[in-house]
Amino acid sequence: MQHYVNIIINSVFIENILLIYFLGMCSFLSISKKVETSIGLGLAVIFVLSITAPANWAINEYLLADGALSWAGLGHINLDFLQFIVFISVIAAMVQLVEMLMDRFSPALYVNLGIFLPLITVNCSILGTSLFLVEREYDLIESTVFGFGSGLGFFLAIVSLATVRKRMRYSNVPPTLRGVGMAMLLTGLISMAFLGFSGISL
Amino acid sequence: MNLFSSKNKKIVKDPLMGENPISIHVLGICSALAITTKIDTAVVMTIAVVAVLSISNVVISLLRNNIPNKVRIIIQMSVVASLVIIADQVLKAYMYDMSKLLGVFLALIITNCIVLGRAEAFAMQNSPSKALLDGMGNGLGYGAILIAVAFFRELFGFGSIYGAQVFSDQIYSGGYENNGLMILSPGAFFILGLIVWAHRAYTKVIDKD
Repeated sequence: MQHYVNIIINSVFIENILLIYFLGMCSFLSISKKVETSIGLGLAVIFVLSITAPANWAINEYLLADGALSWAGLGHINLDFLQFIVFISVIAAMVQLVEMLMDRFSPALYVNLGIFLPLITVNCSILGTSLFLVEREYDLIESTVFGFGSGLGFFLAIVSLATVRKRMRYSNVPPTLRGVGMAMLLTGLISMAFLGFSGISL
Repeated sequence: MNLFSSKNKKIVKDPLMGENPISIHVLGICSALAITTKIDTAVVMTIAVVAVLSISNVVISLLRNNIPNKVRIIIQMSVVASLVIIADQVLKAYMYDMSKLLGVFLALIITNCIVLGRAEAFAMQNSPSKALLDGMGNGLGYGAILIAVAFFRELFGFGSIYGAQVFSDQIYSGGYENNGLMILSPGAFFILGLIVWAHRAYTKVIDKD
């Protein structure tokens, strides 16, 4: 149990997917103008990551990795060069599926999160998480926990930036620095604060 | 058609300055930050992006009249993903150390907004030759910012430029130290933020809020 809690703490604070690995910056910068929408996007990312991480783990483990096809008597085939295209297709398909299910069973949730779902397919943090869990050789439960933790890290980062950006309205920023430039500098400061966590040993 | 007509020159030149994908349109930031601790990784990444972006633009432009509108995103994505796989295999075969350094960030060219953005906004409406020029222009515009960020991070983080030591031992023994923050993630955010500011002040682009 402790091991799984450590994975979550590690992926939320110490190796935050956004502030330390820079994944998912595009939507991070464009959606963080309002707190409500940033919460919506953050929740959608947590949701999609917790589903795609185990799905991609299973596909890699039983179809793509070196010797993974031995259950079908094809142990000598190594398909791991197909990882990228298969992972991105799985993510696109999963997002579509989630969107349809949400629309059918929970229209209220769909209204709030639905508009963010198509954006998520091309969010680097989703593909990045799938690639990281292959690189780090996690098992099924570890991957699920890691997916959830990465999503939580993204949520925390985007909501904190949105709240800070809201405060910036009252300050007099040079015109050409407004928007992206300022958001970048603010992210740098938040990221610096998160570096403080790197001293924690788990 | 004249290859060097003023119209074609404009297609290549615009993304380098006034329509820069990173600092003006804010696309493809992830990799701009992650692999810019040193100039050599930035250069390899630039070459990979220029290659993938130009070829994907040409392929999509050739296919543009046969792609059904409803499934266009997934088709564009499979074209890009296949090209990135090729780029990754080439790097693994000929520059193994570099491919280890770039790691997952090479794969993340797939989700780099610039590639899909140009496919959707330009290649779907224009002829292959124009799409090729547009791909090259945008790739180079991306690379220019990447190398600029890497230049400052390497200079202040390691005291070198493209691997060659700039600050001599005398300066170090005089009490100068490399700035460790530049190698870490906040340094990347600060440098890119300042470059965006400088570039926007020069081109006079202003965000509404």
